[in-house]
Amino acid sequence: MKWNANALGRDIPESIDGRILKPFRGASPADQDGTGRARGGPVRPVPARGKPDKLAKHWDDLLDRMDVRSGETISFHHHLRDGDAVVNEVVERLAARGIRDLTIAPTALFPVHDRLVSFIESGVISKVEGSMNGAVGVACSRGKMRGVSVLRSHGGRQRAVQDGDLHIDAAFIAAPCADPFGNANGVLGKSACGPLTYPVPDSLCASRVAVITDTLTPFPCAPRSIVGGNVDAVLEVESIGDASKIVSGTTRLTRSPTQLLIADLTARFIETTGIMRDGFSFQAGAGGISLAAVVFLAERMRARGVKASFAHGGATGILVGLLEEGLLDAIVDLQSFDLEAVRSCRENNRHIESTPFDSYGPKAAACAASMLDVAILGATEIDLDFNVNVNTHSDGLLLHGIGGHTDAAASAACTIITVPSFRKRIPIIRERVTTVSCPGEVVDVIVTERGLSVNPRRPDLISRARAAGLPLVEIGDLMNDVRSITGIPDEPEFSDRIIALVEWRDGTVIDVIRQAL
Amino acid sequence: MNVRKSDCLVGYAESDAPLSVRLDSSVGALFGRKIKAGAEATAAEYGVDRGELTIIDDGALDYVVSSRVEAALRRAGYKKATAYGKNSGGKTHDVRKRHSSAQPWRRSRLYLPGDQPDLLPNSGLFGADCLILDLEDSVPPSRKIEARILARRVLETHQDFFGNAEIVVRINPISGIWGKDDLWELSAVLPDAVLLPKCESSADIDALAAELNTLEAQSGREIGSTVILALVESARGVLLSLAIAAASPRVGALCFGAEDFSRDIGARRTKNGGEALYARQAVVLAAKASGVQALDSVYSDTDDDAGFTAYCEAARAMGFDGVGLVHPRQIASAHRSFDPGADEIDEAERIVASLAEAEVQGLGVASLDGKMIDAPVAARARLILETARSGASRSNGRKN
Repeated sequence: MKWNANALGRDIPESIDGRILKPFRGASPADQDGTGRARGGPVRPVPARGKPDKLAKHWDDLLDRMDVRSGETISFHHHLRDGDAVVNEVVERLAARGIRDLTIAPTALFPVHDRLVSFIESGVISKVEGSMNGAVGVACSRGKMRGVSVLRSHGGRQRAVQDGDLHIDAAFIAAPCADPFGNANGVLGKSACGPLTYPVPDSLCASRVAVITDTLTPFPCAPRSIVGGNVDAVLEVESIGDASKIVSGTTRLTRSPTQLLIADLTARFIETTGIMRDGFSFQAGAGGISLAAVVFLAERMRARGVKASFAHGGATGILVGLLEEGLLDAIVDLQSFDLEAVRSCRENNRHIESTPFDSYGPKAAACAASMLDVAILGATEIDLDFNVNVNTHSDGLLLHGIGGHTDAAASAACTIITVPSFRKRIPIIRERVTTVSCPGEVVDVIVTERGLSVNPRRPDLISRARAAGLPLVEIGDLMNDVRSITGIPDEPEFSDRIIALVEWRDGTVIDVIRQAL
Repeated sequence: MNVRKSDCLVGYAESDAPLSVRLDSSVGALFGRKIKAGAEATAAEYGVDRGELTIIDDGALDYVVSSRVEAALRRAGYKKATAYGKNSGGKTHDVRKRHSSAQPWRRSRLYLPGDQPDLLPNSGLFGADCLILDLEDSVPPSRKIEARILARRVLETHQDFFGNAEIVVRINPISGIWGKDDLWELSAVLPDAVLLPKCESSADIDALAAELNTLEAQSGREIGSTVILALVESARGVLLSLAIAAASPRVGALCFGAEDFSRDIGARRTKNGGEALYARQAVVLAAKASGVQALDSVYSDTDDDAGFTAYCEAARAMGFDGVGLVHPRQIASAHRSFDPGADEIDEAERIVASLAEAEVQGLGVASLDGKMIDAPVAARARLILETARSGASRSNGRKN
């Protein structure tokens, strides 16, 4: 097999399973080909006059209509998170029909989907394209999938679907509220989840599209995030998932002293380097440190009378509180995490649903993330070149999807990675990350409980941070300080077999993941 | 018992077979080798070369693995063949040299449960004035051996964890079965201060001072260098607090323990603390009459920020110099209350300036705003300025 080194020095095979691979050339190479606009969708037979008959009578009827064959690709979204019941149901029923060798293309997976491992082992599922977590990720790492999987960010997946690199034969869209025509939203119904936008690219480009709902309303369903004209079949079921696990009751601030320390330093950095000013914008996840950083940032905004133009990313009650207080002018949202966020998404026209193309599309004429002044993101590992790993743990096991991480990092004016300097005994900062998910050229600042480190590529931020008296540390010193506490870890063992590719947003391959022994 | 985060469970089984280590670790791929090597090295310290060690690990650091292996061997009846280690943790610890006043700041004393290793590596990052490794109330009887070995090993190899804080160990009561063993375990790595709980009379202080004299001499430390913080938490303790505070020049502070005190006198704890009012005032009086600090009890409701701030303000107003903390997020509030206020500092500066002026002019007496500055006022003003100066350089609070 012939290998080519990519721009980060990682070796990429020339081809895998007949697909020619393009090695990563940099975060934004100048000579990219691009068609910014979404392409036309699948060809469908022209409907006869009169009302369409899309409503399936039961699961078997739906699956007959969807006509999934062995070897095809089926897709799902993850708005229902750990409360989802649809993915497992569809895969089980297809397996019972003797369908095998499927590629599944979820936007993310959760512990509830650990049951898919038995279908991986039996050959019903041969690979995953998109995102993998938990037991499915471990199964992939241990070489249990027949094919080579592909990991993509939200924006990267949207591009792949649009460009035809990821051809979806059947998209199964779980929808909290839908009509028999196929219009659907996520803000109404007993399993409401907030935005219903991850599956929008699937609805535009998949060969066949099904909507599965537990709250069927008469036509027309409003509001609509999925447009019925793109939908072939609809099924009403008793329940699409466990509401208590779809969104949490309320999102609480972390109590971990270390996380609070990191969050406080992050907010301090954002204020004192001048990023926080009237009309600025930010993105933060819903994890412990990010949420706390937003709360501390808001305190500083109040003290200085500063308002943000918008916040981007997943919404929580905390962000909604800031919107209603008037500290934020808008939330641009792809995923709601709690009941407050769902309510706000439904009621407030400044809480705006956004699709992967709107937020992260790499071939869009700019995306919402490119309007960001700062993005606060996490990592499993960081190296001395500021490359970031969000996919594997240091023992080599695939345990996380990329989400919007690399899209936000590549687009925002300032990318901050917030991490503890070690987790249990494992140092987060290494000489070389186990897997590159995001290149150092778009990673600007690392904030840990032992100080913050600024990428030498950003002398502007270094001088501002120094002038503000922030605790700056050299990333190499940080690595050594932590090693004196934890010891230097051994390297995990891998076989030669490649089990997954990590794609950059433009479809080039930024790294490969090998089977962990 | 389930293994806790950053900790490990160790069992030892006797046998004639050469020593083997069975390891089940969440970080086995990365640190399995090191963990086994550390376990074998610790066994060698005890001269153990037979039997089987079983370790269930969730990311424990080296010194934790060694501590838990050591505890398992000690419980199996083995004694340490090699001497206890001295401080190799990279930090020379002389908190008191940093201050010109006799006692260091103790605005905030943060309790660290003595058997929970996951809280230790970052404990010094939060800016608490004192960190208390607690071997007493937070450690159940079945874990006393594990906790004291862990305390010894962290003091041997990782004093860097504690930053600039005063390192304090709360041993078990000296009159009980564990207190002396706690002290002797730490003989080669005596902390800056020992917090003695359940003080009931000056005899308790005398007993502890005598032990410390012996241990300091043995380990070549300056006699008298280990400070005693006396914790009174009963009716008897409060009533005898003057004698307790004055019992030894080692005593640096008198602390009050509200929870045990209320239980001792059969009172009900109330939000405004009226049931302990006399006791707290008595502790302040006894402390100040003896020239030592007065330190108030902990405030357990970590969600009640407003309540805690009010508590600190009330304690400060009463004359306390600091409070106990159970969570680092309480540190900022505590420091705000126990730092001298801006108006106090301003006035102190003006007083000291007047005194300097008077001295230059050869006057016997200084005055400010028509009032004479007498000796107590002058001394307090100097203390405030000295306190403010060292506070600004040590504070971890936000200035930007």
